[in-house]
Amino acid sequence: MQIVVDLNRCQAYAQCVFLAPEVFELHGEETLMFMPTVPDDQQERARRAAAACPVQAILTGEQAGPGEW
Amino acid sequence: MSGEPWDGRIVIVGASLAGLRAAETLRDEGFTGPLTLVGEEPEPPYDRPPLSKQVLLGKARAEEIGLPRRRKVDARWKLGVRADGIDPVEKRVLLADGELLPFDRLLIATGTRARPWPNPAEARLDGVLTLRTSEDAARLVERLDAGPRRVLVIGAGFTGSEIASACRERGLEVTVVERGPAPLVGALGGALGAFAATVQRAHGVDLRCGVTVTSLTGRDGRFTGAEFSDGSRMDADVAVVALGAVRNTEWLAGSGLAAGPRGLACDAGCRAFTMYGIVTDDVFVAGDVARFPHPLFEYQMLALEHWGNAVAQAEVAARNMVTTGPRRRPHLTVPVFWSSQFGLNIKSVGVPTFSDQVVIAQGSLRERRLVAVYGYRGRITAAVTVNQAKWLEHYQFLIETAAPFPPTTGAANGIAPAAPVPSDVPDPQLLSHGPTVALTGHLPDRRLTLVPPGPVPSAIPRP
Repeated sequence: MQIVVDLNRCQAYAQCVFLAPEVFELHGEETLMFMPTVPDDQQERARRAAAACPVQAILTGEQAGPGEW
Repeated sequence: MSGEPWDGRIVIVGASLAGLRAAETLRDEGFTGPLTLVGEEPEPPYDRPPLSKQVLLGKARAEEIGLPRRRKVDARWKLGVRADGIDPVEKRVLLADGELLPFDRLLIATGTRARPWPNPAEARLDGVLTLRTSEDAARLVERLDAGPRRVLVIGAGFTGSEIASACRERGLEVTVVERGPAPLVGALGGALGAFAATVQRAHGVDLRCGVTVTSLTGRDGRFTGAEFSDGSRMDADVAVVALGAVRNTEWLAGSGLAAGPRGLACDAGCRAFTMYGIVTDDVFVAGDVARFPHPLFEYQMLALEHWGNAVAQAEVAARNMVTTGPRRRPHLTVPVFWSSQFGLNIKSVGVPTFSDQVVIAQGSLRERRLVAVYGYRGRITAAVTVNQAKWLEHYQFLIETAAPFPPTTGAANGIAPAAPVPSDVPDPQLLSHGPTVALTGHLPDRRLTLVPPGPVPSAIPRP
C-alpha cells in the first residue's frame, strides 16, 4: 500500500501521527512527514489515519502504474 | 449537444503526477476508449516532494515513494520510453523506440528536468549531482551516507535550500552559493529572502549570496572543489546543482505548437496553442510544462512547478478532453505550494512575485512564525505562512475576492501590523535558482517581463 498526503491541504492537526506513529511524524512544529510505502503491519492504522484526517489530505491506495490487475 | 461521453483514442505523454491524475479523471468522467500513458522514466508514477525531504533524511528510500492510485485506469503503460515528436497532421506521437502512437486527443504532461551544470566536462565529474528524479535522489543519498567533509549546493531556491537543510540535519558541513541577494528571493521577494538567509546561517549553513561558482574542479575525474566569482575557492566532496528546472518541450520543436523554454502555452481550458496563437481542439497540456492565463494575475501566462497545480490542472484538462462546448471547465485554481526546511513549514497561496509590496500581517520574523501578505496596486495577491498554515485558507479567500491591500488588522495578533514595505522581487535572470512560479507575459511565444509600477528599491543592480 502507498500513501500520499496533499500537504497544501494539511494543517498539522496530527490526528494521523497519533493513529499511525510509524507512518506519520511531525518534523518541527507543523511539517508532516510520511512513509510513502506502508509496511503490511501498518496498513490498517494508515487507513484509519486517512479516515480521521480533519482536512481529508491523505490518500491511500495500491501503487499506480502498470500491473493493476 | 449530446450528453454522450466523447469516444476516441487518448494518449498521455508524461506518466508522473499530472499524467496519472489525468488518466484517473478520464475514467471518472466515463471515458471508455483506449488510453496509453508514455513515460520516459522506467518507474511507475512516484511522488517527487519527498525526494528532497524524507528521502535525503533517510526516513524513506528513493525507490519507495510510489504514488497510490485513486482508481484503476485500464491503460497501456509505455514506461522507460521517450516521446520524440508529434505528427500533428496524421495525429501520431513518435516514440524513441520507433512506435507511432495514433491519437484522437493528446495530453502533454512532460514536466521539467533539472537544469544541468552549464559546463558539460565539469558536470561529468564524479560527485557533481542534480536532484529531480528518484534515481538522482538515490545517488545523492549514497553520497551523503558516505559522510562527505563538505557539500556544495549551487542555487538557493526551494530545492537547494531543502537539500542544505537535510545536510545540516545529518550533521554535514554545507556551503550554499547563490547569485541573487538571498535564498528563496525569486519566489518570496526581499523580506522573506532576508529571513531565509538568517535562518540558514543560524543553522550553520555557510551561505554565500551575490556570488557565483566560476568553475568546478576535479582530480582524476573526481569532484574536489569549486572556485567562486569573489576569487575564493573551497574544497568539497559533493556538489549539488540546484539551478532550477528546464521544461521538457524540445521534443515538440517540429510540432507547430507554442512550445519553448518557458513551457507550452495553453488556454484556461488546458487546450494547447499553436505557434500562431490559435487554440487546438485535440491537444491538451497539464502540469509543470504548461503555461496558462490566470484572471487573478491580469491574465498573464503562469508557469507553475507545483504539486497542487499538476493535480488540479490535470483534472481540468482530462475533463475537457472528453467534454465539449459550454460544459468545459476553466483551470482557475489559486496557486499553492509548500516547502519544509530548517524546521519551518513554509506555505504559499497566490503569486508572491506578482506584487509591489509586502507586509508581515501576523506574527514576526523573530518568532519564526508569521504570515506575510503581498499586494499589487492595492489588492492582495499572495500570502506566505511560516509555521502558520492554518491561516492559508483565509488569505486564499481574500486573494480570490481581490480584497484590499494592506489587509485590515486581524484580531489574532492584538497588535497593529507593521507598515508595508516593497516586496523586492528580483528579475529571475539575476538568480541562480529558477523561480517555481513564473509570470511569463501575455503572448503564447514571446518573452515579456513584469515591470513593477514605480521605482522599486532593490538590493541588486538592474541591467
